Amino acid sequence: MVSGGVSKFAKARPDATFQKIVKESFDYAMNDVPKLKHSMIDGSVVSYFSDHFTRQLMAGIMATDYLGLCPKPNKRIEGGGATGGLCFQAGWEAVASGRMNVCAAFGFETMSHVPTWKGNEFIALASDVNFDYPVGGFYSGYYAMMVNRHMHEFGTTVEQLAMVSVKNHMNAYGNPYAQKRRKLTIADVRNSAMVAYPLTLLDICVMSDGAATCILADEETAFKLTDHPVKITGVGTGTDMMRMADRPHGEVILAPNEKKSDYRNLKYPGVHSFRAGRSAGLQAYKMAGITDPLKQIDFVELHDAYTSSEIQTYEDLALCKYGDGGKFVEAGYPFMPQIDYGMKLPMKGTLPVNPSGGLIACGHPVGATGLMQAVFAFWQIQGSIKKHYGNGELQLKKADRGLIHSHAGTGTYVTVSIMERGW
Amino acid sequence: MAKKNPAKAPAESKKVEELMTGTTVFNIPLPADLKTLKGMSPIVIKQPYHIDYIHSYGQDSPFFAGLSNGKLLGTKCGKCDYTYATPRLACTQCGRETKWVEIPQTGRVHTFTTCYFGGEEFLKETPFHLVLVEFDGVDTLFLSRLIGPAGPEDIRIGMKVKAKFRRNSQLKPTDVYFVPAE
Repeated sequence: MVSGGVSKFAKARPDATFQKIVKESFDYAMNDVPKLKHSMIDGSVVSYFSDHFTRQLMAGIMATDYLGLCPKPNKRIEGGGATGGLCFQAGWEAVASGRMNVCAAFGFETMSHVPTWKGNEFIALASDVNFDYPVGGFYSGYYAMMVNRHMHEFGTTVEQLAMVSVKNHMNAYGNPYAQKRRKLTIADVRNSAMVAYPLTLLDICVMSDGAATCILADEETAFKLTDHPVKITGVGTGTDMMRMADRPHGEVILAPNEKKSDYRNLKYPGVHSFRAGRSAGLQAYKMAGITDPLKQIDFVELHDAYTSSEIQTYEDLALCKYGDGGKFVEAGYPFMPQIDYGMKLPMKGTLPVNPSGGLIACGHPVGATGLMQAVFAFWQIQGSIKKHYGNGELQLKKADRGLIHSHAGTGTYVTVSIMERGW
Repeated sequence: MAKKNPAKAPAESKKVEELMTGTTVFNIPLPADLKTLKGMSPIVIKQPYHIDYIHSYGQDSPFFAGLSNGKLLGTKCGKCDYTYATPRLACTQCGRETKWVEIPQTGRVHTFTTCYFGGEEFLKETPFHLVLVEFDGVDTLFLSRLIGPAGPEDIRIGMKVKAKFRRNSQLKPTDVYFVPAE
């Protein structure tokens, strides 16, 4: 990866159509590598989640033609909430296969075009419309059922969930691209409106308008364009059944740092864990040569559409054992060492998770989200956070290897990509 | 909507509700100087969209016929015995075609939630409880509504529940719902 750009995520961007919002992120990425000429781009991949939000089929080609990338190759990538992560990997595939030397991967969503509850209805159409949607289709309800089971299995608490919200909102305070920059307490999170028990308004991400662009290139071209390229050293993609009721109750897929005796009585994945996340993580770890993720990764940008899914994802990614996700946040591991969260933590953060503020605070314009994570991770590894955020508050001292994680509907598609300092 | 919610609304939600109604406009002013157009406010219009689909339940149709006759029909694999509470005509474990079987009408709450908000279509029904029900001898769970308990504090995982059916079938999965059985 040689460059990235993100439009400021906002609740609504009535001033611009989706094409222009994409152009903002694309121009930012192009301007960041002046040696990259438009003519050097061999092709592109584009992602957006829902035709319902755009009320426009083939919006992908419309974004592509707006950027002047015709008649070069392009295709649309879609996979629910993981749309952006899948697009990032499709861009990587285009370069890794040798088909392109330079590929632009961009994504967007314009969710403000319908009222929030209509938007929730659209999102719920990404659940089985014969058996699930008509029963009360509401994604927050689905995730709430999952976390209630997680709490039952493992003793996870609502305060632990709230700590994730406090952490990510506080991190976003230093990120000018974020939609919500708020200083919160655990009590604020618990006292906000109950949406689907036990998840409150502040446990859940919001709808956004936004776009993000990543420019990917082969190694030789990358070093011609920049002295500080970031190498993609591992990719993994996992899937699971759309109806979470249909998922098996079998044995845990073990990570290299786990053993069978760790999980004697655990039925897996059931509805408490994301098998797709585990599958994606293990593929990426294998490719990148990671055997002890907690020690070998410097930071993580993961898909925290719900505070509960952040905790569940710590476990899927084997940052801790299944069941220990709540304790992981309580101990302080995923916090930034340099930030004051207004609460006492047993230890300084060792593996910051969502230093950007994550989806909960940055916003979640679905097709852009996975690419936004890649851009924020790219800047973090480059050490260029100060340049791009206008302040260095969120720059980690050691950010040589990051993990990005994108996740779709109750864990149906999950992508994990490992990004490393390439110079 | 908010008044049904037991928790305090956060400061940011204290706003007048945005409406999708408005005034019909047939003309708007345009400045004479084209140089000023980039500073013009965006024009936002209402764009209606309504479709009636001809939707078939296909091979899963007997499930809905079962509901309208007071039966919960699932499927079972003839080869590996894997049993599905929500029917699948192909076994996900071994790929074989499955057969229709009747599944029990009593089970236990595997997990649950209470929705205080929802997709627009269901907003008027809030708050409602969603449950995943587990049955003895069935390998998968079943998504349904739980009727009866006042709030989430009255529901617990492991609680016994039994199926009830609408008398007048809507040919929807909500033709069946569960109630506490203890």
